[in-house]
Amino acid sequence: MNSALDKKTLFDKIWDAHVVGETGGESSILYIDRHYCHEVTSPQAFDGLRKRGLKVFRKDRTFCSPDHNIPTKHQDRPISDPVSRNQVETLRRNAGEFGLRLFDIQDEHNGIIHVIGPETGLTLPGQTLLCGDSHTSTHGALGCIAFGIGTSEVEMVLATQCLLQSKPKTMRINVEGNLAPGVTAKDVALYIIAHMTTGGATGYFVEYAGEAIRSLSMEGRMTLCNMSIEMGARGGMVAPDDKTFEYVKGREFAPKGEEFENALKYWKTLKSDEGACFDMDVAFQASDIKPRVTFGTNPGMGIAIDEFVPEAPEDKAAASSYVKALDYMGFKPGQKIEGSPVDYVFLGSCTNGRIEDFRAFASIVKGRHKAESVTAWLVPGSQKVLRQIKEEGLDRVLEDAGFELREPGCSACLAMNDDKIPEGKLCVSTSNRNFEGRQGPGARTILASPLVAAATALTGYLTDPRIFLSQD
Amino acid sequence: MKQKFSIIRSTCVPLRVENVDTDQIIPARFLKSTSREGFGENLFRDWRYDSDGNPNPDFVLNNPSYGGSILVAGKNFGCGSSREHAAWAIADYGFRIVISSFFADIHKNNELNNFVLPVTVSEGFLSELFDAIQRNPKTEVTVDLPRQTVRNEATGREETFEINPYKKICLEQGLDDIDYLMTRRADIEAFEKK
Repeated sequence: MNSALDKKTLFDKIWDAHVVGETGGESSILYIDRHYCHEVTSPQAFDGLRKRGLKVFRKDRTFCSPDHNIPTKHQDRPISDPVSRNQVETLRRNAGEFGLRLFDIQDEHNGIIHVIGPETGLTLPGQTLLCGDSHTSTHGALGCIAFGIGTSEVEMVLATQCLLQSKPKTMRINVEGNLAPGVTAKDVALYIIAHMTTGGATGYFVEYAGEAIRSLSMEGRMTLCNMSIEMGARGGMVAPDDKTFEYVKGREFAPKGEEFENALKYWKTLKSDEGACFDMDVAFQASDIKPRVTFGTNPGMGIAIDEFVPEAPEDKAAASSYVKALDYMGFKPGQKIEGSPVDYVFLGSCTNGRIEDFRAFASIVKGRHKAESVTAWLVPGSQKVLRQIKEEGLDRVLEDAGFELREPGCSACLAMNDDKIPEGKLCVSTSNRNFEGRQGPGARTILASPLVAAATALTGYLTDPRIFLSQD
Repeated sequence: MKQKFSIIRSTCVPLRVENVDTDQIIPARFLKSTSREGFGENLFRDWRYDSDGNPNPDFVLNNPSYGGSILVAGKNFGCGSSREHAAWAIADYGFRIVISSFFADIHKNNELNNFVLPVTVSEGFLSELFDAIQRNPKTEVTVDLPRQTVRNEATGREETFEINPYKKICLEQGLDDIDYLMTRRADIEAFEKK
């Protein structure tokens, strides 16, 4: 027997500890520790339970928070769009009827579900964690198996606390060395996705490793894991370490006292064994990564901010999709997009709506002023992030620089609420998707880090944030 | 929704675009319904209609030459958001099968859970099929689930395709995962006590 077979990856350890049984096919029955619901992908699941006459099997494992539809201004008033309001009210009704904990609008815990999970201590190392939302991969930053599911699967988890799932292949992505100043977790994510392509990790679950990953803050790891889905990966994870344990300790729903110490003993075993075999191993050098931007209509279509838009690929089918994307964006092959006039800047989303992102943004705009031509939306990912911004006095820094802070929600990431980018306008966005129409019909999106967003908001054109770093 | 699946022979609707994301299949602003029905009318909304709501004559769903219960799409179909509304829209429009050379994970599961069969074929098969449909929109394809074969009736080219054996049984018998998992309740409770 090959001794490598005894070695387990982090993913395998957590997966194996949650398998209830097999189906006889390729699917395993996987027990789910934590389940989150938002208002968009859950109504039909609750309806399904009603039709089958079922209750929620384990009420203490599911938590609900409205986030996609909620306005980011005047949250004290009823939602003006009746269809959005109905969806939020439906979640409220369902949580009540089925006995689930709801973090309602303006509740101190409310926020984007992928921001509040970790910050409340509901998301923990070693868990299996699901939500009807592809960015559930975010939670993998704490060293758990977290991924997005469809609504039928949401119903399945509510009814049985289990998911039928075929085991994905494993991939390790190592990023060695140190990141240069001005280069953030978002740039690492966009760099990796550009190299892997938008579908390149489909079928895999990714473990991010290496010095550059270890040195990321917990928030940075969340940004990175969040975007795993943008290369098709089932999810992404980082092995928990002292930084993780320190982050979890003392959070409201996290284990306390002796329970915490016992959990900690287990969490410390959660790493890939030396010599464990991955189905795919990929390595990048941190020193190759610069501030990144996207130029096309999927997150894999990205370049360093000082590079030129590449020529169309040779393959016929790929070339026609490529030309369609550039036409939509209004860019041309060989063009440098740095310096393009920008209409909107959006800081927020489950990718970059955490306190660290607001600190980064504030560090650039401090003592400077927003360009007149730019409309900037700064949207904290949660009530807690908003409170923290105020506690740290960042709200004053932002206001002095001409920026207005909004209330928490998904906001301009996906055009389901009032925050839509108008047709034809160009937006530098810290969110996760630059698909056609993602931020509003006809809206054009450049994905970038909070630092690029801040620098761009100051000048009014797509700007390398490093020019501001060197002036400080 | 639940329907038994066996052999389907049909003409196809060709969508020769790669990386079709679920935001294109059904844009987010149409996700506000709390039911599963009616999403078909907004399938590919922003490609199918202009901003005034007029049909875009260049888009394949508006071309009367094409029709049938099989959608043929470029590689990496269904990437992006996990929204099951995309699968509901495809099913509600009347598609029973999607053929591509590559599917995104979550969307593939969503199709299977809604009794839409994702059929993964080789790049060569896909390219030949697109060409055949372009030459003759009446080109038919036969998908035989029991034998796991897909056949281009214009050229006679046939391939086998893979499907999780458990999901195959579900499709053939019109069962879903919850029906199955409810039979495993005892195992789940035993696992919790460990």
